[in-house]
Amino acid sequence: MTASSMEPPVTSSERVAVRKTYKLFVGGAFPRSESGRTYEVVSAEGVFLANAAKASRKDARDAVIAARKGFASWSSATAYNRGQVLYRVAEVMEGRRAQFIADVHAAEGSDEAAAAAQVDAAIDRWVWYAGWTDKVAQVLGSANPVAGPYFDFSIPEPTGVVAAVAPQDSSLLGLVSVLGPIVATGNAALVIASTARPLPAITLSEVLATSDVPGGTVNILTGDPAEIMPWLASHADVNALDLTGIDDREVATELEREAAGTVKRVRRSEPNADWTAEPGLSRLRAFVETKTVWHPLGV
Amino acid sequence: MAFEYAPAPESRSIVDIASSYGLFINGEFVDAKSGTTFKTINPATEEVLADVSEAGAEDVDRAVAAARAAYEGPWGSMSGRDRSKYLFRLARLIQERGRELAVLETLDNGKPIRESRDVDIPLVAAHFFYHAGWADKLEHAGYGANPRSLGVGAQVIPWNFPLLMLAWKVAPALACGNTVVLKPAETTPLTALAFAEICQQADLPPGVVNILTGAGETGRLLVEHPGVDKVAFTGSTDVGKAIQRAVAGTEKSLTLELGGKAANIVFDDAPLDQAIEGIVNGIFFNQGHVCCAGSRLLLQESIADEAMASLKRRLATLRLGDPMDKNTDIGAINSAEQLARITALADAGDAEGAERWSPPCDLPDHGYWFAPTVFTGVTQAHRIAREEIFGPVLSVLTFRTPEEAIEKANNTPYGLSAGVWTEKGSRILWAADRLRAGVVWANTFNKFDPTSPFGGYKESGFGREGGRQGLGAYLKESS
Repeated sequence: MTASSMEPPVTSSERVAVRKTYKLFVGGAFPRSESGRTYEVVSAEGVFLANAAKASRKDARDAVIAARKGFASWSSATAYNRGQVLYRVAEVMEGRRAQFIADVHAAEGSDEAAAAAQVDAAIDRWVWYAGWTDKVAQVLGSANPVAGPYFDFSIPEPTGVVAAVAPQDSSLLGLVSVLGPIVATGNAALVIASTARPLPAITLSEVLATSDVPGGTVNILTGDPAEIMPWLASHADVNALDLTGIDDREVATELEREAAGTVKRVRRSEPNADWTAEPGLSRLRAFVETKTVWHPLGV
Repeated sequence: MAFEYAPAPESRSIVDIASSYGLFINGEFVDAKSGTTFKTINPATEEVLADVSEAGAEDVDRAVAAARAAYEGPWGSMSGRDRSKYLFRLARLIQERGRELAVLETLDNGKPIRESRDVDIPLVAAHFFYHAGWADKLEHAGYGANPRSLGVGAQVIPWNFPLLMLAWKVAPALACGNTVVLKPAETTPLTALAFAEICQQADLPPGVVNILTGAGETGRLLVEHPGVDKVAFTGSTDVGKAIQRAVAGTEKSLTLELGGKAANIVFDDAPLDQAIEGIVNGIFFNQGHVCCAGSRLLLQESIADEAMASLKRRLATLRLGDPMDKNTDIGAINSAEQLARITALADAGDAEGAERWSPPCDLPDHGYWFAPTVFTGVTQAHRIAREEIFGPVLSVLTFRTPEEAIEKANNTPYGLSAGVWTEKGSRILWAADRLRAGVVWANTFNKFDPTSPFGGYKESGFGREGGRQGLGAYLKESS
């Protein structure tokens, strides 16, 4: 009798799967939470999917430092280059389409066709924003015919580090709809993924890590926004808050109040947004500063 | 001190040129019904590269019909989002085949490989990339909430930047939802035919892009065809005027990008070393085969001697020769015909009393070559100050006051571009305000970008290519 015949037959259907550890995405790396905390992520049907890292105040502060570094390289890249890089993100997303569909399907429990439609819409939306990088200034900027011998023009410039809360329901399309315009206009982002449905966001972070996006440009935390956001709302090196995914009105109001400490720009919460609708320009306008330059004309 | 450069030839093994090419109609290469062909040659060696079909009237009919069917079929009804994805595919395929396209361009055109590799082809890809992003955003471009395409575009392009001019025409047309029939120049058809292959690789629906090779007669048949809705032409002012006459009385939209005789104005406070580089780039880039070339140098009198000495010193370092050598600055003149035109105008410069100077420069035995040439003592009445030479010939004039510089710069029927060199920002903007030219370069020259509208005033044509304004050439406004 040979040794192998004593073991149960191994078939492909019984192969023990290698499971993934889901971590944070900060500064282009994948650290665990410094707090050592995790929380259980379950599917729409309540089945255990994974333990996700539960980000702490310290993680958020580390992410701000990373975002500030990322902002320096991302905002100084040419708009053309940013467009190329973001389009590359869409290409890599397309390559992971099956994984995204599985993630969204597990998280949202919708039927598979609906999950696929959401993933396709998310990729297309990313492409749409990739195309905006070198057009925003042409649509939002202007030459100003001032009444005097001056050449005067106004251009949009990125605000800086934006701390955003992704929508709680739409785990990928909603996330992309919030994150896309922040980075397309040259900002660095710190995004807190949907608390209950964070896995598509973590898959997206793996896409971002392999798409020539400079480390720190996008940082993705998982955990409880109500715990993390107050630290970011009062953080002096955060320039703006996107509260889209804060569903609790009182929490949102308190964050908005806190933001006043350093006059942060705030995009308010949007609990019932329809993410399938065509986005207008409002998110592209949300986190840009208008800079006006005057120069005299004359011999 | 003179540097000797060892040869640094680019390999041509990356290109695979067929012995003959058909026309690209409805997504396929087909034989021309006309049955006539012509040869395209390498102007640096006079080597025959390929036999190319000459499209006749029946071929033009077929191509326009294919473009119409695609417009009324898949392309016209496609969402901007999907058109955008096709254009991104084209941009990526051009990037992926960039080296091959650069070598092919240099072989067929004669321009230095350094320019086709570092300027032409990257700009081609960038142009498709930029317009890919517009295809699904046209409602934000300033042409109303629901701008419409025009239909079938007839596009005729020149030989100086063959694939780049194709990109300037095809990318915005497709982004805006039109279909096209494009005729590349007679002497430089090969990269357009390679682009036809790229359309196949991108699975672009048949008929959206059709490429008809041929000479002037093919171009005339195409722009005069009753089945086209839009005519876009880049080339000489004479042909542009003929086209404008031909479309008179029709419903066709027209944009023209024609000749130029740009002034490059150097004020006495200009950073001189930087200005000299800009002057050299302005007129000797692409052998001066550039419609916006800085062919009239206007020097402020007080610095004219110093600038001329500096310019001559710099010109003596230019390397003319094998365009495939990566160290070459000046390549071949594109055709025997163009060489004859340049020679005749330069001779007119001598005859009218201007003083000719060229650096010591050996010309190769085969191919078409013209040494970099500078004329001083040029007056505004000289032909070399008035007519577009489209070659490596610079005419130098002087001025005393800024007003005089503007007066002289604008004293031309053309108005494509101008250059201003001064350290004083207010003077740059003062001059830009007064120059009647579509592009004004300040302390730089010959800069191009898909986001930046390009096109002329006066007899340099109308319409713009690039930027938000360039979309206007291919869109009907909605209310």
